[in-house]
This record gives sequence, structure tokens and C-alpha cells, in this order.
Amino acid sequence: MSQVNPFLIQLVLALLLAPLLPGIINRVKAKFAGRRGKPLLQTYYDLARLAGKGEVISHTATWVFTAGPVAGLAACICALALLPQGGAISPFAFGGDFLLAAYLLGMGRFALILSALDTGSSFEGMGASREAAFSALAEPALFLVLLVLVSRSMSPTASASSAPGLSFSALLDGQTALAWKDGRAELLLVPAVFFILLLVENCRIPVDDPNTHLELTMIHEVMVLDHSGPSLAMILYGAALKLWFFAALIAALLLPPLPLWQHAVASLGLIFGLAVLVGVVESIMARLRLLLIPRLLAGATTLAALALILTQVR
Amino acid sequence: MGVCMEIFLISLLVLLAATLLTGLLAIISVLAPQSGAGRLANVLGPLGAAAGAVLGLAAVHSGQWSSVLSLSLPWGLPLGSCTLGLDALSRLFLLPVFGLGLVCALSGSLSLRHTPPQEHNLGAHWFFYLLLLLGMTLVISARDTVLFILAWEVMSLAPFFLIDFNDGDSKVRDASWVYLVAAHLGAVALIAFFALFWHCTGTTSLELLQSGDGLRSASPMLRDTLFILALIGFGAKAGLAPLHVWLPEAHPAAPSHVSALLSGAMINAGLYGVLRSLSLLNAPGGMVSSPEWWGWCLLLLGLGTGLMGILKALAQSNLKRMLAYSSVENMGLMFMGVGIGLVGESINNPWMVMLGFAGALMHMLNHAGFKGLLFLCAGEVLHATGTVRMDQLGGLQKRMPLVGCAFALGAASIACLPPLSGFAGEFVLVVSMLQAPSLPGLERQITLLLTLGGLALISGLAAALYAKAYGVTFLGEPRTAFAANPHAPAWQTVWPLALPALTCITGGLLAAWVFSLASYTAAQATPMPYELLAQSQDAILSMQHSLGAIGKTGAVFLGLILLLALLRRGLLARHGMRREPTWGCGFQAPSPRIQYTDAAFSEPLACIFAPVMGLKRSDRGGRGLFAGRASLHLAAPDRLRSGLFTPLFEMVLRFCNACKILQHGKIHLYILYIIITLVSLLIWGLSA
Repeated sequence: MSQVNPFLIQLVLALLLAPLLPGIINRVKAKFAGRRGKPLLQTYYDLARLAGKGEVISHTATWVFTAGPVAGLAACICALALLPQGGAISPFAFGGDFLLAAYLLGMGRFALILSALDTGSSFEGMGASREAAFSALAEPALFLVLLVLVSRSMSPTASASSAPGLSFSALLDGQTALAWKDGRAELLLVPAVFFILLLVENCRIPVDDPNTHLELTMIHEVMVLDHSGPSLAMILYGAALKLWFFAALIAALLLPPLPLWQHAVASLGLIFGLAVLVGVVESIMARLRLLLIPRLLAGATTLAALALILTQVR
Repeated sequence: MGVCMEIFLISLLVLLAATLLTGLLAIISVLAPQSGAGRLANVLGPLGAAAGAVLGLAAVHSGQWSSVLSLSLPWGLPLGSCTLGLDALSRLFLLPVFGLGLVCALSGSLSLRHTPPQEHNLGAHWFFYLLLLLGMTLVISARDTVLFILAWEVMSLAPFFLIDFNDGDSKVRDASWVYLVAAHLGAVALIAFFALFWHCTGTTSLELLQSGDGLRSASPMLRDTLFILALIGFGAKAGLAPLHVWLPEAHPAAPSHVSALLSGAMINAGLYGVLRSLSLLNAPGGMVSSPEWWGWCLLLLGLGTGLMGILKALAQSNLKRMLAYSSVENMGLMFMGVGIGLVGESINNPWMVMLGFAGALMHMLNHAGFKGLLFLCAGEVLHATGTVRMDQLGGLQKRMPLVGCAFALGAASIACLPPLSGFAGEFVLVVSMLQAPSLPGLERQITLLLTLGGLALISGLAAALYAKAYGVTFLGEPRTAFAANPHAPAWQTVWPLALPALTCITGGLLAAWVFSLASYTAAQATPMPYELLAQSQDAILSMQHSLGAIGKTGAVFLGLILLLALLRRGLLARHGMRREPTWGCGFQAPSPRIQYTDAAFSEPLACIFAPVMGLKRSDRGGRGLFAGRASLHLAAPDRLRSGLFTPLFEMVLRFCNACKILQHGKIHLYILYIIITLVSLLIWGLSA
């Protein structure tokens, strides 16, 4: 073991540190509200407690109910393994792997929607319906913003990277950050759209409120009402990994090429910084009315399309 | 003539013999209804179809995939010849025909085995089923335009009688008439297409047309006319909007094994026809390539069809009608692939040509697998509960576990979720469009990029649609008594579903292999310039690598699921699992009726896309302080049918009625017509 792969170290680090993000967000929200707040490591305590419990399952539920959290977590882990970690190229990278990652997250969502419908509860049906609708609307925004990166990396001035063409690792090679310095301001829209997508996909305010279960306006939390014990732990952990996935994506976009360990440290700092930002957004904004969420998504899609057209015009 | 053609011929003969036999049994059961001929036909017909299909599959697989074979048989007509052939394109399109032909015959035989012979003439049913199978095989292997049109007519007529199986129902009769009219309007365009071809080149042989230079000197105007005729004729069969109106009528009305065959194999004939006529319109080796607008036309038509199809599918509450609209959407995706290929050809982009065509072909193969599976599952649901209305079902996963699992697999596959087959096909299509930033011209780049955004919306909506279809039909509590007590089928009756279910999994994990098949076919069958073909090798290699990696990641994903499931089981070993009622948030009297229905599930999307989905909502009562009885009725009629075709046909009817003035039954006036005609001909003759 003379040469340990830096990617694997950082992947393991990501898997270990991801539950810290919800803790940071909650801490920031508590500070804004003037409370002391939950411990930073609360998610770890929750996971440990849930893993040691038994499960209560509805009479109505079938294997689909238990398969949902398992498939959701597996999809998040696989998607995370395709992302470059702190500047280290993923060894699993291949041309078009960002599509696989996007669809894997979709697979996880599909499994959770089905597992919500499996309980036969009207509340969970409501959450499932909204999740299905909003994620379908978020898909074009995600594709278009990824296309901006594709278009940037295919421009003749882009430097050749060692990662396979059109893979995540090639798209996030740090050239985007350098391009800003050359005055390509339209690329600034890319992290902005990704941040909106982070809020949408991870069910944060202003789209969804992760704290209240019982209001009729909720999306994600209401879908997992019936899950308990290890299944709920997997859902919580999967949600933390998904948050890490989007935060790491934005961090990789914002960072210019740096030496490996500097990049890794800066990347961790940015990821935690983004968690703080999410906490700030949650503290200073109210949740949007449900009917306005499609407009937010349409706005994100429009911004992405604008960035794409401006990139092409260059 | 290789061994391959011999086996192919034997398979055709087996199908023909079975057709004649079932035809004979049909006549016997009309003459003597109690003779048991129907029962016999229900055994012999499917057996013949299965034997023919297995032989056909053997023929397709024997010999080199890319070898071009042909065979001429004696032909009694003055025009044309009976020439059959196999090349890569024919082989690829024969795979779903024989594969689904086999599965649907077995499944159909099992589901019809308790049909009382006095209600349905099973001999006639299997006669037309075999005729359809024979017709599709001949269409795809015909190497002569006259034979092609004859086979096309057989293939178009046989489904009329198959759809009309439950002819006691007026809706079914109506649906089969809609089908017949649509099929024949398409055939008119095709006959015009081939007649124009024959007029220009003087030959009816497809092989000569393909290799010759008959159209090299043709004017662009003529080639455009031919293209539009082919698009109308073949597009009507494929269900390209706005010619799709017959699909959502015919598929729900037909017995499910027939819907599966129509949706998984017959509508592919439209795509086959378009690809074949493109290779006729363009000289080999790219000497004459297609104008660029053909590609854009197909691409945008495909996108429109896809978006319309998926949104209309979301509005349906009838499971089979929803699947029919979803077929429209998938045909849209395939046409998008062909469009990308054509655009790539005219601007010399080897990636787009290769991946566009290969993506369309791959999606065609995958679609046959999962759509056949889903229709057969819907058939089992109909058989077990008597309805396919989603808002009356629910909880079937518990009561029909095998069918439920099969449907879940098909649904995840068609929703393009990795690691299943639907994702692989869509991946190739999307990667072919990623070339957009390097296209010449800004307007091309931006159109293609925004089209890709549209494709993303389609796939997002597809995931929502199939989550709804599976979730509402199979999960939760049964909403009605007949959903609570279905006649659950035993494994002995659902085993034919294993074959399409297997293709959903292998199509995803072994996608690289399927792609190599599709890319060989695309290279041979499409009119690609030679230098482009040489350059496209990079695209093939890179895509094979990517698909291999997707297969591996998929396997890892499945392994991880297994591992986590074991982990969960290990964690639960100590404290175990308890069963309690679903938590109702404190509500004391929950009933299955409080569950979300299909209409409720798609309501957020229905609000946003209301103009396209066209939901008609009528609610009565339920207002005021002491609300009485209330009712809500939702329907999603096809607006193109009611807004475009109904007025059109009414206009035709009015015109025909107006012409009736001429026909009044007064003989002396008829004689006057004759005299007027004679005199005017005389004047014309004199002046000429």
C-alpha cells in the first residue's frame, strides 16, 4: 500500500462527512433564530439510533416499500462515485457518465416515490405526486446546465484534460473558473442554476420545508412518514449524500485547477460553505407557495438556456 | 442461397401452413360450432406461430449479420417479382417481429383457453394473427415494391379483425373502424410513393433501386415529394403526430396479446419503411445525400410527437390507452434519432450519423421488449380484475406478485432508469445530440441543444408517468372489490412474460452488445458516405466503451442494492419487524378511497400542461353549506382527433352528400349526362 488512490480517500471521506451537512445547516438556522440548536453531529446520532432499532411496517406494504430506501441509497452512492472528488479524477469516469449520474439519482427518486405509494396513505401519495411533478420539471434545467459545461469543454480553446472526453471529470476540470477571469460572465449563471437545483432536489426551503412533516404543503418529508428504523436511516443518509453530491459539484465548478491537496482542502471548505449558505437561505426566506414552484423551475430552466445560448454565441 | 435463407423460407412455410390450417378450423367452427374446432385452433394456431417464430429467429441469427441474401420465387403477376431478402436492417427489424410473435402467441393462447367457442371464433382469431405475423415478415423481407405493397396491405388488414375481437362492444367496433381508415389513408400515400418511384426509374426491384442511380438525376422537387409521401404513409403506421389518432383507439380495444404485438412490432414497420425509403432516395456511398431540412423535419416532428404523446399519456386513466400514447412517445424518440442521423449526414458529422441511427434502432429493439411486457401485464390485470381503469385498481402487487414484478421491471425500463434497457437506448440518443456545440452555424447548435432540453423533459415526464402507472395500479390498497379479489394467475399462465422481462435486464447490462448489433445495421442500412463511415469508427468504439462502463456500473448498482438489503436484514435481526396499519396522521377511519388516484397523482402536471393534455373536467353538485351528492368526471379526449380529423371527415361527408344531387334516379337526366359527355368529348377531339 505505498500509493493510496487520492480519489478513493476522498470518496470515503465524502461518505463519512456527508451527514455533517444537515448538521451545519441546522446550526446556522439555529444561530439565525437565536437558539443554541442541535449538536453538529446530530445526524450521526440519529443514524446510529435508527440503525439499532426495529421497523414498523404497514400491513399494506410489499417488498417495494422496503426496496425503496435501499435502491435510493445505492443510487446516491453510485452517482457520487462518478463525480470527481476534490480535483481527483474518478477512476470510473467514462464519456457521458454525467448522464448516468443524473439518471441514477432519478432511479433513486423513482424507487422512493413507489415506496411512498406502497403505503396506501393519502399523505404519502400527495408527496409522491409532487415529487414526481417537480423532478420532471427540474430535468430540463439540469440537462441544459450540464450542456453549458459540455459546450464549454468542447470549445476549441479548452485544454485537453487527462479524463475521458465528456465525462464529469472532464467537465469539471476547473477551466470554468479560469474562464470567468477572461470575462465570460455568462458562466456565472451555471453555479447559480446548480444552486437552485440543489435546493429543489434536496427539498430545502424555498421549495420544501425539511422540518415540518404534517403540513399539507410538504413534499419529501411526507413521503417517508411510514419508514422507520434502518430504512429511515438509509433515507436520511441517502439524502445527506445527495446534498453532498450537489455541493461537491458546485465546489468543483468554482475551483480553478490547484495542486491536489490544496484542491481537496479548498473543496471541503467550499462544500461546508455551501451548507452554511443553504442555512442562510433557509433562515431568511419563507417557503414558496406550491403553485409558484413550477415558476421557480421554469426560471432556472430559462437561466440555463440563457447561459447555453450565450456560451454558444461566444 | 445460404442455409440462412432456407431456414427463413421454412419458417415462412410453417407460418403459411398454420394460417391455412386455422383458416380451415375457422370455417369448420362456423359450420359446426360444437365441434371443438375453436379449441383445436387455440392450440394449433399458437403452436404454428411459435414454431414459425423460433425458426425465423434461427434464420435471423444464422450466417453473417451483415451479409445480404436474396431469393426469387415464381410470381404470376405481370408487374413485380416475388423476391425476398435478408440484410442487416431486415434482420434487426425481424427480431421484435419473431420475438414478440412467439411471446404473444403463447401468452394469447393461455389467456384465451377458457373462451367459450360460441362467443368467439378462435380459429378466425388465430388465422388473422398468423396472417399479421406473415404480413409483417414479408413487409420486412420484401425486395420488390409490388410485393411490399401487397404485404403491407395484409399487415394492415389483419389487425382490423384482431382489434374487432370483442365485437359485441360498440366502442371496439368504432376503434377498429378508426384503425382501418387510418391504415388505408396511409396506404394511399404509400401507393403513390411507389408508383412515382416506378414511374421515374422503371423498375420495381428494391435491390436495383437501392444500388442503381435512378434518382441521382432526379430533381430536388421530386425527391422532396417522395420524402413527404413516405413520411405520411409510414408515419401514419408509426403513429407520428398528428397521424397517431388511431393508436390510442385501437390498442385499448384489442386483446392484450394483440396490442403487445401491434405496439411492439407492427408500428416499427413505419420506422422500417422510413429508413428503407431513405436508402432508396439517397444513392449509395453518399453520392446524393438528403437535403438538410429532411433531418430537421424528422427531428422536430419526433420531438413534438414525443412531448404530445407523453403528456397525453399522463392524462389517461385507462392503463392500455396510456400505454398506447406512450408508444406514440417512444416512436417520437426513434424518429428524433433518425432525424439526428440525417442532419449529421448532411453536415458531415460522423458521430451524429452513427449514434443517431444506431440510437433509434437500439431504442426500437428495447421498446419492443418493454412495451410488449407492459401490454401483456395489462392483459393479465384485465383478465384478473375485469378492468384496466387505474382509479379502480390498486394493491395488485400483493395479490398478483409475478405480474406485479414484471410490470415494475417494464415500468422502470421504459422510464429510462439505469441499469435497465430503456436507459441504454436513450443514452445513445442523448450522446448523439451532445455534438451540438460543434455544429456549423449558431441556429443549428441552439436548435439541437434546446431539443435536447425537450428530450430531458420527456424522460422526466416518463418517470412520473410510470411511477404513477405502477404505483396506482399495483401498490397501496385495492380501491374496489374486484381489485381486492382478483383471479390471480398462476405461474403456469404468465411464464411467457419471462422472455421480454429478460430483454429488459440484458438490454441494460449487455447494452454494448446490443449497440454493436445496431451500429453494424446502421452502417449498412443508412446511406452514409464512405468517408463518414470510416470516421464513425471512433464514435462506435467510444460508445461501446461507455455502454460497457454503464453495464458494469449497473451491475455494481445491483450488487450494492443486494448488499444494503442484507445489511438491513442484519440490522433488523435483533429487533425484528412489526406490522401495523399505515399511519393516518391521526385520522381514525381511513379507507382505500382516501388514496391518491391516477388523476390526483398527475394533477400538478395537468395544471401546468393543461393546453396540451386537454383534460375535460365536469363536476356537479357538492357546493353550498349543506352539500348534497357530488360527482366529478374527467376525460382526456384527443384534441387532434376532435379538432382536426373530425371536421375534416365531416367536410368530406358534406361534399359527398352535395354530390348526391347528380344521382337522383331519373333516367332521362342520366341519358342527358351521357349525351353531354359525348358531345363535349367530340368537341375536345375535334379541337385537338
